[in-house]
Amino acid sequence: MNVLRDSGGVQGLGMVLGLLAAVALALAGAGGQPDVLPLAALLGAVLIWLSMPRLSGAVQIAATGALALALFLAATGLTAGPMGHPSFWAAVVAVWLGAWLLVALFADLPRSSGLMGSLQRLLAPLTFGATLLWLWEVTVRGLDVPRVILPAPSAIWERILRSTDVLWVDFVQTFVKGALSGYAIGVGAALVFALVVDRHDFLRRGLLPVGNFLAALPIIGTAPIMVMWFGFDWPSKAAVVVAMVFFPMLVNTVQGLAATEAMQRDLMRTYSATWGQGLLKLRLPAAMPFIFNGLKISSTLALIGAIVAEFFGSPTRGMGFRISTEVGRLQLDMVWAEIAVAALAGSLFYGLIALVERWVTFWHPSQRGR
Amino acid sequence: MRNLGPVLTVIAALIALWYLAVVPMNAQWAQDQARRAGQDLGFAALVTETMSQQRPRLPAPHQVAAELWNSTVVEEWSGRRGFMNTGSLSNRSLVYHGWVTLSATLLGFAIGSGLGIALAVGIVHNRAMDASVMPWAIASQTVPILAIAPMIIVVLNAVGITGLVPKAIISTYLSFFPVVVGMVKGLRAPDHMQLDLMKTYSASGPQVFAKLRWPSSMPYLFASLKVAIAAALVGAIVAELPTGAVAGLGARLLSGSYYGQTVQIWSALFAAAILAALMVALIGAIQRMTLRRMGMAA
Repeated sequence: MNVLRDSGGVQGLGMVLGLLAAVALALAGAGGQPDVLPLAALLGAVLIWLSMPRLSGAVQIAATGALALALFLAATGLTAGPMGHPSFWAAVVAVWLGAWLLVALFADLPRSSGLMGSLQRLLAPLTFGATLLWLWEVTVRGLDVPRVILPAPSAIWERILRSTDVLWVDFVQTFVKGALSGYAIGVGAALVFALVVDRHDFLRRGLLPVGNFLAALPIIGTAPIMVMWFGFDWPSKAAVVVAMVFFPMLVNTVQGLAATEAMQRDLMRTYSATWGQGLLKLRLPAAMPFIFNGLKISSTLALIGAIVAEFFGSPTRGMGFRISTEVGRLQLDMVWAEIAVAALAGSLFYGLIALVERWVTFWHPSQRGR
Repeated sequence: MRNLGPVLTVIAALIALWYLAVVPMNAQWAQDQARRAGQDLGFAALVTETMSQQRPRLPAPHQVAAELWNSTVVEEWSGRRGFMNTGSLSNRSLVYHGWVTLSATLLGFAIGSGLGIALAVGIVHNRAMDASVMPWAIASQTVPILAIAPMIIVVLNAVGITGLVPKAIISTYLSFFPVVVGMVKGLRAPDHMQLDLMKTYSASGPQVFAKLRWPSSMPYLFASLKVAIAAALVGAIVAELPTGAVAGLGARLLSGSYYGQTVQIWSALFAAAILAALMVALIGAIQRMTLRRMGMAA
């Protein structure tokens, strides 16, 4: 069995055993009968995997695609049929191991360049994510988990479609008004302050340790104070966000501004560059990787700050408000819908910053390797 | 020690700024009180008045310090329900609430860093995990995990799991990620030369891990543990909010904000800050000790 030594061999073997167990349990008739279609699709997947070592080149890539298709058919067939009997669970385990094998195969595919290459890199994580979602779905539906404990992804998706208007109002209140405005103010203030600190060595030596310390503190705890000072609406949320993002941003920027080498600074001096010129042409560009690091850290902090601040009092809209009230009403599908929106918004925000970073700091080693 | 002067100056400046801010923040209330009593406040009277209110908008530093002292040492030493009189911690003291939060933090931190190390080992040694898990670990942190906290707490309460574990789960959520990132970097820190040397010794996989990868990841491990424990504390505090102010520093924050007890909020905040500083310092001390014994201390 030389297939065992290839990557994903153990998972593939597990898939075969899972299929055998599913068929055996189905024949024994223990508890219920699965549909034929998913088992047939699984069998197809197993056959493709067993023939894998004899293939190469384009045929191998096509076989990987066929394996993915067979697993997809098996997965959808399982969710459509009767659930919760022993044969079903054996088949679920087989599909899960098959998906794992698929991820391993995707990771081993020859790398292509350009747009195809970046799409190809997405294959493995996307398969992994889809498998997780599917496992969640079959676990909830197969075990009949009560809706008030954990709703299935499909139920959450329906809820999102049904209440887009509420979700949009909450999104604007929390993300656009609270998080984004606070983020802009906090980051801007930190950048300006960093320039001041950078001009005075005494301030830098004093503020950096203090700033580092403050950045590690649970600043989220200032939320009740901010709500008391700035009222229930979004300014108090923005204030919490400002307090949260200021110190990480300050520390990163000050470190970045100090990142140039003495040789480079001397060169600027021989050009008799002014402080402003030296800043614009040398030190700000050199600081960009650090600044973007701070921007990325702050982007996740901003959303957290805005949402948690709403737990301490808010108008009757906003993601944090919705989450805490719907938890009280045990409407968990709505809570998960809010979380999905928050996750999507947070990921897009982060991705946008990462994109700008790649565009600005294209020269940095960490961007060139990929 | 070179930085001691500047650091102390900055701290002194911050405290001075704080005192300066107290007067305008609390002036409105003081003026109103004086007008109702039919008096006119001079500047000196106004300043002393703003420094000693019961429920100031911004308490003065010495008020917070006094509250911290009263609700820890004094409460336990001579309070009616204190440790000296009853043999158990008073539920009005910050020592008690701090301990409640700290125990959840430590449990969550232990699980989280263990999970993080395990995931990192998997990612470094398994290509499929490397390709699939890492992007999702990063994506999981762009999700405001703290937003899920109330739901996890309420749901686990409904299933019958209460007390320490739900809070520890939130802490785990927040603390595993820095450890994963740091340890993946650390376990990959050995360069090709060192790995080749291990190969010439014909070292097995576990041997390479135990003798090369694990030791050389130590500096990264401690750096990420410091971040992780601070995150775990934040998680434990936030996890205490939705249970409705029973025990813990988060509960003190919440009840303080319900009843407008600003001094209580600030003292709970500082207790959390002191706790975070102590834990980070503790890990720093362990780090120095470990690295010195390994001969890696700078």
